[in-house]
Formats: sequence, C-alpha cells, structure tokens
Amino acid sequence: MAKVIVVTSGKGGVGKTTTAAAVATGLAMRGHKTVVIDFDVGLRNLDLVMGCERRVVFDFINVINGDANLQQALIRDKRIDKLYIFPTSQTRDKEALKREGVDRVMNELRKDFEYVVCDSPAGIEHGAMTALYHADSAIIVTNPEVSSVRDSDRIIGMLASKSRRAEKREKPVEEHLLLTRYAPRRVKKGEMLSVDDVKEILSVPLLGIIPESETVLKASNTGVPVILDPESPAGRAYDDAVARFVGEQREMRFVMPERRSFLRGWFGRAAS
Amino acid sequence: MSLFDFFFPKRTASASVAKERLQIVLAHERAGRDSPDFLPRLQKELLHVVGKYIAIDEDMIRVTLGKAGAASVLEINVEIPKGAKAAGPMKAVPA
Repeated sequence: MAKVIVVTSGKGGVGKTTTAAAVATGLAMRGHKTVVIDFDVGLRNLDLVMGCERRVVFDFINVINGDANLQQALIRDKRIDKLYIFPTSQTRDKEALKREGVDRVMNELRKDFEYVVCDSPAGIEHGAMTALYHADSAIIVTNPEVSSVRDSDRIIGMLASKSRRAEKREKPVEEHLLLTRYAPRRVKKGEMLSVDDVKEILSVPLLGIIPESETVLKASNTGVPVILDPESPAGRAYDDAVARFVGEQREMRFVMPERRSFLRGWFGRAAS
Repeated sequence: MSLFDFFFPKRTASASVAKERLQIVLAHERAGRDSPDFLPRLQKELLHVVGKYIAIDEDMIRVTLGKAGAASVLEINVEIPKGAKAAGPMKAVPA
C-alpha cells in the first residue's frame, strides 16, 4: 500500500522543497519506487531543485484537466532508478488544483508507487490544504525561529482537522518534525532555540536535525538533491532522517557543535 | 559598570525569551483553535437579543466553550453595568 507523505511548514523559505527533493531521492535510493509532486501551482521550483527543468513537457494541471496522462507528465530521474518527478504548472489560476482531479491523480499514483512525496506550498491557502489533504504522513519542516515554530504549530492543527484522515475519522496523520537550518554553535550560545525547546513546544516526534550548511545552496545551484552530496553535512543528515523514516535506528547528529582541534580549525579551513 | 561585567559581558540568552514567548502565544492560539466556528456568530446574535432589552456594548458579552471533566460547558457572561438603562426601542413599545 502506497504511503503519501506531505512536506509542509506553513512558513515559506524554511526548506520544504529541499527536503521534499532529498527525502524522495533518499527513499528511491533505498529501492522504493517514489514520486515527488510539486503542489506549488504558479511558483514551480521543484523541477529546478531536482535538476529536470528542461525536461518538463506536461504538468500536474494538464493531467487534472485531461490534456495529458500521468505517464506523459512524469519525469524519470536520470540518476536514481525508481525516482520520478511530477512538476506543477506555472498557471496563475490558484484554484487550478480541482478537488476531484487531484483525488483521481492521487489514487492513480497510489497504485503505481510505494511513496508519494507532496511538496506543499507555503501558507494555509488552497494549494497547501490540497497538499496535506491526502497525507498519511507529514514531515513538518521547521527552523529554530519564532515565526517558523508558530506557523508549524498552526499546520499541525490543520493536519488534525482538515486532512482526509481527520475528515473520515481514520487514524490521524503520522507527524514527523524536521528541524532545518540548525546552527549548534548558536544554540550553545543561547542565541537559537534548541532541538529540545522546539520538541517541547510542538510535541511532535523528531525525525532529524539538518544543520545549516553552505552545501544546500550549492546543491540547488546545480540541481542535485543535497542528499546525493556525500561531502555535505546536510546531505548526511537527510540520509539519517530518511533511514529513520523507514524504521532504521540512527543516532541524532549535529545536536552539538562539532569539535574542532586548534590545528584543524586553521588548516581545515585552508583546505576546504 | 563593574570591572567584572567589563571582562565578562552578560550574554542575553535570547533563545529562552523566544521559547517563553512562543509558549504563551501558542497556548492562547491552541485554545482558540479548538472552539467551534459558530461562537462568534452566537455571540453576535446574543448581543442582538440582549441589546433589545438592555443597552450593552459588544465587549460586555463573552461566549466561551470550556471543558469540565467529560462534558463541554458553554459559558455565556453578560456584564451589566450599574444603573443600566433599558434599551431605547423598548420604551417605544406600548404597554
């Protein structure tokens, strides 16, 4: 049975698309047939982050409107077997994600795939609500910062009241907290909310901590999901998070600042 | 400023301020989130009905839905100021 995962946050710019791309890639790397869908109609970006922007022919809205079928719109990833990208449209019509159309597409995807990863737009408007509606599982992407935590709390409330599972009074959507752009050094100085602070405030089980890392920008610059960069701390943290998602035990990393010897501090910097 | 403060400046741990502020604001927002959508409308209609008889302002009526054990309690508080006059239109009604 397929599992639908929504990557959501409420607030914009916290790393939803980066996370959706990394998680979908990580699941496919583990041999699960996975599709990642962009729900941000009008502001298509998942294609860029996945590096397939020049291969988009048909999109989500074309399929909903019956102008193309699913097989024509799905883009097969060139790096990872079993990974597919489903881009959205650039239309300005915000209501283009029609309820019945989305239902039909989601049901079709559930038949074909093991994991359906939905990249939600920011906000709590139609697009975001449509993205979370079908979710079996939610990855709540949060920055250790007041506005992001507050918006995450709001989204957690929405998952509990507006999802299909809530509507049908089924088992509630499984929630996972993913703390991104985490800076252990600043946490240690008392300048940034800690993992424990955020966990305590939101009371959602922690899936992972993604450290603030320059390699995330490099990854989006080049259109390679950061999880494919073995040199990247963020990439390794995403790999841990995906492993935990599928039930593996992995110790939390990047909670405390990395210890750096005096010499490595000097020479390590020169070498990197 | 003492010499000690000069050499060891106090670090304002802004993270703890953030945590406290979040806990307060979220406690408030979560309470409001669980209340049903009709409460504001109920409050307006009650205001209208009570206003027919007593001259009151909008902020003198408060409707909340609380919990007492297993049951929900709908609490309606109407504050009537001292020496409140009967509402104007009432006087016009012939006895």
